[in-house]
Amino acid sequence: MEELSWGAIITQMFLQFTPVWIALIVTFAVSIVYKRRLGLYGKLFDSVIGMIGFALVMFWVYTALFTGLFDLISTHDPLAQVSGMKNKVPGTPLRGAEEGEYAWYLLGGDNLARDVFSRVVKGSTVVIQIAPLATLFAFMVGITLGLPAGYYGGRLDTFLSFLANLILAFPVILLFYLLVTPEIVATGLPQYMAVVLFIFPLVFFGVLIQSRYRTQPGKNWIYLAIVLVPLALLYLSLINESGTHIDFWPIDFFDVPGGILVVFVSVVFVNSPTVFRIVRGLTMDIKTRDYVAAAQTRGERPWYIMLWEILPNARGPLIVDFCLRIGYTTILLGTLGFFGLGLPPESPDWGTTINEGRRLLSVYLHPALPPALALLSLVLGLNLLADGLREESLRD
Amino acid sequence: MGLFILRRVGVMILTALCLTFIVFFLTNLYPNLEKLAKSEGNFRMPDIEVASWLGRNGYRTPVDPEVLTAYNTGKITAEEAAASVNTGFDIRLLRNYGEWLGILPGYVIEAPDGTVNARCQQPGTDLADAPRFCGILQGKWGWSTVSKTSVGEALAPRVANTGFLMLCVMLLMVPSALIVGVLAGMREGSVTDRSLSTVSIATTATPEYVSGVLFIAIFTSSAVGLKWFKGSAASAMDNPNFENFFLPVLTIALYGMGYIARMTRASMAEVMTAQYIRTARLKGVSFPNIVMKHALRNALIAPFTVIMLQFPWLLNGVVIVETLFQYKGVGWELVRAAGNNDIEMLLGISVISVFVVLVTQLISDIGYVYLNPRISVS
Repeated sequence: MEELSWGAIITQMFLQFTPVWIALIVTFAVSIVYKRRLGLYGKLFDSVIGMIGFALVMFWVYTALFTGLFDLISTHDPLAQVSGMKNKVPGTPLRGAEEGEYAWYLLGGDNLARDVFSRVVKGSTVVIQIAPLATLFAFMVGITLGLPAGYYGGRLDTFLSFLANLILAFPVILLFYLLVTPEIVATGLPQYMAVVLFIFPLVFFGVLIQSRYRTQPGKNWIYLAIVLVPLALLYLSLINESGTHIDFWPIDFFDVPGGILVVFVSVVFVNSPTVFRIVRGLTMDIKTRDYVAAAQTRGERPWYIMLWEILPNARGPLIVDFCLRIGYTTILLGTLGFFGLGLPPESPDWGTTINEGRRLLSVYLHPALPPALALLSLVLGLNLLADGLREESLRD
Repeated sequence: MGLFILRRVGVMILTALCLTFIVFFLTNLYPNLEKLAKSEGNFRMPDIEVASWLGRNGYRTPVDPEVLTAYNTGKITAEEAAASVNTGFDIRLLRNYGEWLGILPGYVIEAPDGTVNARCQQPGTDLADAPRFCGILQGKWGWSTVSKTSVGEALAPRVANTGFLMLCVMLLMVPSALIVGVLAGMREGSVTDRSLSTVSIATTATPEYVSGVLFIAIFTSSAVGLKWFKGSAASAMDNPNFENFFLPVLTIALYGMGYIARMTRASMAEVMTAQYIRTARLKGVSFPNIVMKHALRNALIAPFTVIMLQFPWLLNGVVIVETLFQYKGVGWELVRAAGNNDIEMLLGISVISVFVVLVTQLISDIGYVYLNPRISVS
């Protein structure tokens, strides 16, 4: 086996990503053909910026899917150390490669002789798993608290805004350093925070259904049961962890490792005040509209007006902010990895890999640059997507 | 206006108290204190001795003397003694917070063997000479266990370093962001606008640890061979020059720049569609004059608040960049203190950062009212 040239490396990587290219082409072809029937999503394909952003985001989503579910794209085990491959340059052939094993380290080896390419590809699964979900939770918290704060105003608003400003005035890294340490995890504090933060989706959906079907008890109970029972089971198995401070629930479906849970909780915690402020501002703006006054005159309850009149009309800015916020969450996750907080040290996520690679940056570039560029492209894609969505939603 | 400022200052002080209390609570949780006791005392101390050390030094409520004597005389084992130690919430925390703030008199604890341990007593001085209060308000910031000096002394040069870094960042970031934003916003939808907006989106998508790594790789490494700058700002503390200081400044400035530029662009674009601008155009005022004399002042109101509210973000960037470039400022000290469980140093740093954030918020509020003739507070 000889060393690959740069042209050959790029060709090999291109081939390695074949499933992603196919999925991308199919997605784009279907979306462009039916774009007139797809609402806001379809309109995205009228703007070049939005399309580029969408392509970048979907590239990483598909990469994460194919790697995480089918183990397709990565060439080696991201944790396996192969002797003789330490800090080797991109395209180095694997010494003594066996039959059926991929014969090169496409992007070289890092200082522990692991394959950089596979680590970057595998790292996408960490980000794609945590970032959108954490953002979603932050939105649930922000919406559930921001709507009443903006709608009722008064003391409730003053109190909640004070709390939000309190968290916002905290330098994020100081908060992470205080929350995401093994000592704090041992006290169970992140778990208690999880108990509080993760209850919000339940409250949100409960109130959403109750306010709509309050007058039809039959339907109301069925819908409430269909939505709340699975959510409650998920909630309980999420917060319940055998051998820790919260351990009472017998049917525990899955265990979230303590490190991941604390990362998740702190990211949600940091993001929700900003969402709260946005939702509150939008609510204060929308509640002066005529259709809200009409609903009030009709005798609708406050929560119905908030969730079924105000929230749907605030969706445009919220969707745009959702995209931006996933990008911001990705950056936060990278920051956590960069400081070696929370995630396990051998984790292939991009922040951790950048942190490991930067120590030898003056001699070896290849371990640090690929994860940095990967993170950059994903966040850039999300920002461009948000920009495209904003432009298209303003147009009508 | 006076009442408005007074109310803002009141809320600010309340916020500062809450935030410092949260930090105090988190740093003084039992596992942290246990680590402190073991590193200051003896690594092999059993739980009961840890608890008694913490009691002697004023961190927790002293251990029940009966349990301690029973343990010392060998009546109960270390495990049994450890079972009686309270590792959860201790009401003493509130008093400690008051002492740390300097609104409650410092503790004076007399051990059974007659030695006296007092918070405010300097080593080698008499207890009678010690002041009653010694906390943040009296300028006593505590003792840093890592630097082996008082926190005030250890932190002063770091604050100066970080202050200089922030100043340079502001000097680079604000003018360039405003120029980019105004250029993009004065002709909305033009090619200049499109390209400048894309650039600012790209910079907001590049966190400091990505751009820093890219810059170090391109400009300093021997692999690329440009070697225009130095990859470390360690020498910039004594002798900052373009070669060793520009990259850290650029790295922080770039991330914040895009955001301010986009705000300026949006605000500028809005102002350019206003009636009075149209009137000026119809009157025949030249385009540069419209931008400079009519639009600019109104367009800069919104970015002003944004610039001030960027400070919390800047603090983040400062921590990342100081770690990346080994520049010994507050951020570098934060990482070191957090890694080594240096409780009083962490508290000192949080006081500084909370102070910076709240003061900039106050300036932004007052400045907004002052700049914007449409808002009146009375």
